[in-house]
Amino acid sequence: MAVPGSETLDLSRAMVLAAPSLADWLVVAPVVIPIIVGAVLLMFRHETKIQAGVAIVGLAAMLISNVLLLSRILDAGPVVMTMGRWLPPFGISFTADVLGASLALTATLVALICALYSISDIGTLGRRYGFYPFLMLMMAGVSGSFLTGDIFNLYVWFEVFLISSFGLLILGSEHRQLDGATKYAILNLIGTTLFLTATALLYGVFGTLNMADIAVKAGNVREGAPLITLAVFFLLAFGMKAAAFPVNFWLPASYHTPRIVTAALFGAILTKIGVYALLRVVVMLFPLERAILSGVIAWVAAATMILGVLGALAQTDIRRALGFLVISSVGNILVGLALGSGEGLAGSIFYTFHSMIVTAALYLLAGTMKGLGGSYSLRSLSGLYAAHPMIAAFALLLMLASAGLPPASGLWPKILLVQASLDAGQGWLAFAVLLSGFLTTVALGRVFILTIWRQHEGEALVEKTSPMFGYVTLGVLAVAVIFMGLYPQPVIDIAENAARGLLDGSLYIDAVFPGGQRP
Amino acid sequence: MEAILAVTVGIFFAVSIYLMLSKHIIRILLGVAIFGNAVNLTIFTTGRVVREVPPIIPEGVTVPPGITANPLPQALILTAIVISFSFFAFLLVLAFRTYQELGTDDTDGMRVAEPKGEELPPLGY
Amino acid sequence: MRTLIFRTTAPYLASLMVLFSIFVLLRGHNEPGGGFIGGLIAASAFAIYGIACGVPSVRRALYFHPMAISGFGLLLSASSGILSLFQQVPFLTGIWTTVDVLGVPVDLSTVMAFDIGVYLVVVGSITSIALTLEEREDV
Repeated sequence: MAVPGSETLDLSRAMVLAAPSLADWLVVAPVVIPIIVGAVLLMFRHETKIQAGVAIVGLAAMLISNVLLLSRILDAGPVVMTMGRWLPPFGISFTADVLGASLALTATLVALICALYSISDIGTLGRRYGFYPFLMLMMAGVSGSFLTGDIFNLYVWFEVFLISSFGLLILGSEHRQLDGATKYAILNLIGTTLFLTATALLYGVFGTLNMADIAVKAGNVREGAPLITLAVFFLLAFGMKAAAFPVNFWLPASYHTPRIVTAALFGAILTKIGVYALLRVVVMLFPLERAILSGVIAWVAAATMILGVLGALAQTDIRRALGFLVISSVGNILVGLALGSGEGLAGSIFYTFHSMIVTAALYLLAGTMKGLGGSYSLRSLSGLYAAHPMIAAFALLLMLASAGLPPASGLWPKILLVQASLDAGQGWLAFAVLLSGFLTTVALGRVFILTIWRQHEGEALVEKTSPMFGYVTLGVLAVAVIFMGLYPQPVIDIAENAARGLLDGSLYIDAVFPGGQRP
Repeated sequence: MEAILAVTVGIFFAVSIYLMLSKHIIRILLGVAIFGNAVNLTIFTTGRVVREVPPIIPEGVTVPPGITANPLPQALILTAIVISFSFFAFLLVLAFRTYQELGTDDTDGMRVAEPKGEELPPLGY
Repeated sequence: MRTLIFRTTAPYLASLMVLFSIFVLLRGHNEPGGGFIGGLIAASAFAIYGIACGVPSVRRALYFHPMAISGFGLLLSASSGILSLFQQVPFLTGIWTTVDVLGVPVDLSTVMAFDIGVYLVVVGSITSIALTLEEREDV
């Protein structure tokens, strides 16, 4: 019955009593920094001159904290901080392991580059509409999704980046933007609501939402619990977010409508969060169910990558072609999920790093080409090699990277995926990966030939905007692409480390429940 | 009690999916709103329905006197309601503006972003 | 909608609702209520005022842009979580203190600051959406 208030309570059973070290704060820093910077930018929305500078400083601070976080995780294992001192699983634990931290790092790098490019792309009007506050809030949602260790919290972060992405998508309110945004918004909302449904059923089965806690309990409740239904639900919900084949139609309907830098951010980061959530939930929490579903996932992966690139072949608008290539890259990543082996997952994770950087670079390349040639259409854009050889060099490098040819970064993850498929006796899957690479070469090769080699007819090209920002940002991304292509070992090590963390959750679980105090 | 709630959830899902299959944005939006409520009711049901006191600790006491209801599903539902409410408000504004600008709320007629009969890319040069 | 009765009563109604919203906000500390529901009440007060007296007068009365208000709320909420950095406790842990105001002890906490932040975010964003919709109707 009632306990008198004067009695001393044993707080150690309910609360975290040890003071967190300063390094533990690194796990919340990538979320708190963009929220604060975004809030300040929202308050001073009409100071259009300072917006870009503040946003870039904020993203740079995020990048530094992400680098420090990843190096600490590589040294000392996953970092955990539980909100409000309540012991997990009652408090919400932010849990950063190698996978989450490395993806957060890559996403922040891409966002920083895009923010640099946006100085030239987003005019005063776009700044007044709030491009930079929305960008920062979206990055808060993105970092939160990568770093949280609680499945309901993951849903909340999904919604945070989703609502900011709506704001970015309709920036300018053109007719085609409203059209694209309506489809994007409704279909993504349905997708996240499906995710919430799955979370509700998950809570009904496990009585907990902490991912480490679920990983511990998954073995005990397997008898008689509808775990396979749950796994299918999550597969559908996150597949929708990642634009996997049967549920990908929102992406080509909307990704070509916003400003090019927004499209670069979306294509590079947002679909990859769906992929991350698939890896985290389906591989780490439901390993046996994933094995049962692996045949389905393999077909989805193959269909996504082949149909995606076929869609790209049929497009006249470069941005629409790039939207389909984003879908194709998601298909490649799903191959590792279908195989479930350490090698396959490492290939998927490496491919995710590569795809984030290359997708952003391709969109920025298209933006720079538009600035130089005045169009996105393959029918009218031409003669760029004669006028601007520099852009041809970037285009060639990115084409090689996207198709998976040396010396660019796409080669190694594809080798890992093909090898893992062959090791698993799935020769057809390896063939699908290679075929999609070949078709990507054709699709981008055609873009290259028409826009860069084809001679320009009619009036001479007039530079609409200075390509300076385009060259600088593409240069940074090109360095990353070449580095990963020529010296892939550090990246492969990180990817393998992350894959090990997914397959064997014991490090993750021990970090959340130190000293074996699992509930 | 759970059986009644489960049937209600089923009806909610059926209604929402029927509405979402419509071509008109406004019906789809109503469907999405009902979908959100169906999910909230699902969370409530999966959190186990019990006839217990609310989980509020009276003044001068440090732990609740006796068994209380499970507060977590209620917190989850509250969060989900907040989120779906703000999304619905946003989508309503978006749909209204789209209707004003494009002059239609029929998804078949919304072809501004992906125009029909677009020219094919050149096959050579 | 702009009848004489409504136009006359709307300012009083709106001010009463704002007052009530602050009561609900502070009551939320230990009883049903809180930042979100308080914010909704205040936002509907501004919406009513907008319907009766026109959107420009609401914007004048608010002085700050609604989105700037929600930006400030977000900043307040995030900073109240950061304070725990200096107390050697994890993020978002509630920190309490008592201040003596004219002989009356007043309890202050980061929890309350967080809730006020939520209140401002809700007031700002919902008012912004409501005013956008009302402005469209005027045209």
